[in-house]
Amino acid sequence: MNHKACYHCGDDCEQHPIIFEDKPFCCQGCKTVYEIFTANELGCYYDLQSSPGAIPPEIEGKYDFLDNASIGDKLLEFKDDNLQIATLYIPHIHCSSCIWILENLNKLNGDILSSQVNFGKKTVRLTYKTDDFSLRQAVELLSSIGYEPYISLESFDGKSQVIDRKILYKIGIAGFAFGNVMLMSFPEYFEVGEFWLEQYKHTFRWIMFAFSVPVVFYAAQDYFISAVKGLRAKLLNIDVPIALGISVLFIRSTAEIIFDLGSGFFDSLTGLVFFLLLGKFFQQRTYSFLSFERDYKSYFPIAVTRISGGAEEPIQVYEIKEGDRLLIRNQELLPVDAIMIKGAGMIDYSFVTGESAPVLKSSGDKLYAGGKQMSGVIEVEALNSVEQSYLTQLWSNDVFSKDKNALFTNITNKLSKHFTIVVLSIAIISAAFWLLTDPSKAMNVFTAVLIIACPCAIALSAPFTYGNLLRIFGRLKFYLKNAQVIEHLSRIDSIIFDKTGTITANDKSEASYEGEHLNAEEEQLLKNTLRGSNHPLSRSLYDLLGEHDIVTLNSFEEQPGLGIEGSLKETSMKIGSAKFVGYKPETTHLNTSVYISLNDRYKGKFTFYNSYRKGLSKLFNKLGDDYKLAVLSGDNAGERENLRKILPGQTKLIFDQKPEDKLDYIAYHQSEGSKILMVGDGLNDAGALAQSDVGIAISENINVFSPACDAILDASNFNMIDAFLKASKSAVTIIKWSFLFSFLYNVIGLYFAVTGRLEPVIAAILMPLSSISIVAFTTVATSVLGRRLKHKKEIIT
Amino acid sequence: MSVIYILLAISILVAIIFFIAFVFAVRNGQYDDSYTPSVRMLFEDEIVKHKTRKPSKSKKD
Repeated sequence: MNHKACYHCGDDCEQHPIIFEDKPFCCQGCKTVYEIFTANELGCYYDLQSSPGAIPPEIEGKYDFLDNASIGDKLLEFKDDNLQIATLYIPHIHCSSCIWILENLNKLNGDILSSQVNFGKKTVRLTYKTDDFSLRQAVELLSSIGYEPYISLESFDGKSQVIDRKILYKIGIAGFAFGNVMLMSFPEYFEVGEFWLEQYKHTFRWIMFAFSVPVVFYAAQDYFISAVKGLRAKLLNIDVPIALGISVLFIRSTAEIIFDLGSGFFDSLTGLVFFLLLGKFFQQRTYSFLSFERDYKSYFPIAVTRISGGAEEPIQVYEIKEGDRLLIRNQELLPVDAIMIKGAGMIDYSFVTGESAPVLKSSGDKLYAGGKQMSGVIEVEALNSVEQSYLTQLWSNDVFSKDKNALFTNITNKLSKHFTIVVLSIAIISAAFWLLTDPSKAMNVFTAVLIIACPCAIALSAPFTYGNLLRIFGRLKFYLKNAQVIEHLSRIDSIIFDKTGTITANDKSEASYEGEHLNAEEEQLLKNTLRGSNHPLSRSLYDLLGEHDIVTLNSFEEQPGLGIEGSLKETSMKIGSAKFVGYKPETTHLNTSVYISLNDRYKGKFTFYNSYRKGLSKLFNKLGDDYKLAVLSGDNAGERENLRKILPGQTKLIFDQKPEDKLDYIAYHQSEGSKILMVGDGLNDAGALAQSDVGIAISENINVFSPACDAILDASNFNMIDAFLKASKSAVTIIKWSFLFSFLYNVIGLYFAVTGRLEPVIAAILMPLSSISIVAFTTVATSVLGRRLKHKKEIIT
Repeated sequence: MSVIYILLAISILVAIIFFIAFVFAVRNGQYDDSYTPSVRMLFEDEIVKHKTRKPSKSKKD
């Protein structure tokens, strides 16, 4: 049978697509969205991009809390009597069809006046009339067409996001001044002593001066501030020689035009600041749709349903008190530690531990905050408030408030220390020499050395190399928090992996069967019984079994929390927990198992285990040559033997690690001088990711949430970690080479400066030339690096 | 006064006008999102094309 891709969402329709208007759909939900779009003349959605949609989630009652004014209003940007503006984050935004449909929302509901998408940030800004429309209806409308907004506690707390556009203004001013000063200074380069020029040159010079003032005092102010900060901390960072160069350029040029000694170096000055700011801008641009600063607030819901006196009411999660009865619906997250009261709990702790198989809980069991309910509705009693929960307390650890870069001297600043001292010595020595031979030239030489040695090219090498590599990594689905991470990566000497969800794959679980052989007929019954169940284990077992014909069962019954029972002709089959099928296991197993009995006779069991990621063993072998490796797992030691076989011998395997243990382990090795890369995924790794020198979060879907970290790596490129590490090292080599080039320029410039022959025109040629050639060199070199990376990826996949 | 002063004043004035335009563009948030507008500007045509196609579609049904 041909499997077709769903016309709406692109998923495999399996054997039974719903055919509507000759188009296959994988489920009713997708078909409904298609109907909504075609009925409202929005069928073009499918022409722009094929299968752009998402399956609409079940949302009944989920967003009722938005009607509660005290909660809903916090999400609004603007509100008056009959108009509201709200910006919603929608993770599904991924293509041009998404932009098109979301910006045509007013066709679906006339009360929406306008909607504007920001693709980079994955947000949509809605303006709507509130006469007979509300935020809740807007969210429900979006959800019904497959664009469910993500509303978390974070959007509730931090509303005041001021966009910092200062760098753009500064570049604007510096660029504007640079261009105009260039035009004004050109005549004097070539027509020295010409009659008309002598008449007007003073005007030209003072206009150049006027243009330079805002450049020095506004556009370049960050360099002065940073230099002063560095000096106070007794550090000679790269901004010290830059600030020195800028001030000497400005003072000497001003002095020259006041005393009519020359035309000054205003063109070099403005050009220098302009190029430096461009470098800064280039390095600053990162991924606005990814957040690297997430804590539990980005996971937790804003509101939860409280049951008091038989009535349900939505309340803010901060209002939860000990002893409150809470109603947790399917797919909702537990915001507090709680005791299970009613219903069948299927708690998925994958946010917390990375383990994707849900855990069965029955009434009386303790549940931890961060778990997600997977089937049906449960009632729980809160044990404490949000701030006191086990998970949230993890965030009170000091590592989360520490800035990793604060104590880090990067390669540029390391060099700058020596550079500044050398340049100052050359300036003083040559000035002293000229004082003895020709005192009139001493001041000229002293300032000229400081001007020409201004390390513009050095300051640009790192931003352009890192900035470019950051983008190359991004194309390979390795997203870095900032460019500095590359340098941290290049210095790593040991790597620590989390187990569950990091080196194992979440979506692909494997099951092994133990027991009596099942014949074809029995397997058919098994598959058909599983078909009726929505239990996650049933679903994954169903997917693992081979294809069988669909038959109608004589009876089917699901007992929540226990198992399922189905019968066909004379045979009846029970699938579920050991107790349910009436089997007493001899040994208690560490793994999740599903037991099967036929006509009340035990047949066998399927044991689930997570499969390891593709290429894991190869990756570890490659990394093992250069790095110390360790696996830290929160799980029990059940997998030790298995891992021993796959991983190289020197890999340390440590089990039963609590989140704090992982953090302490890393801190201990750091105190011994190790530079540690932590690769993890769940919230339980958050502490370790923050403590390590570089924390990489592995994510199956980068739009879904990953803990606070320095970098996010898409799971599909997990086996490229070694290539990324190698590329980071090469990047540092590239920077060292470009330092060497800029030294050569400096030597040429210093020759003119020391001999007292530095003309403005030489400075104006040499300074931009060195900057531009360094930028060209780093860009070309990193592109070659990127091409090599891409090539490696093609070999691997 | 020599004509060169007038020319200088005019050229700087023009430059400053463009600079002010840039500042306003930044302040209005035109540089905040550098991707979406490039896609959005292609959409106007799509909607028109779709609307003209619509009657023939409804006839088929």
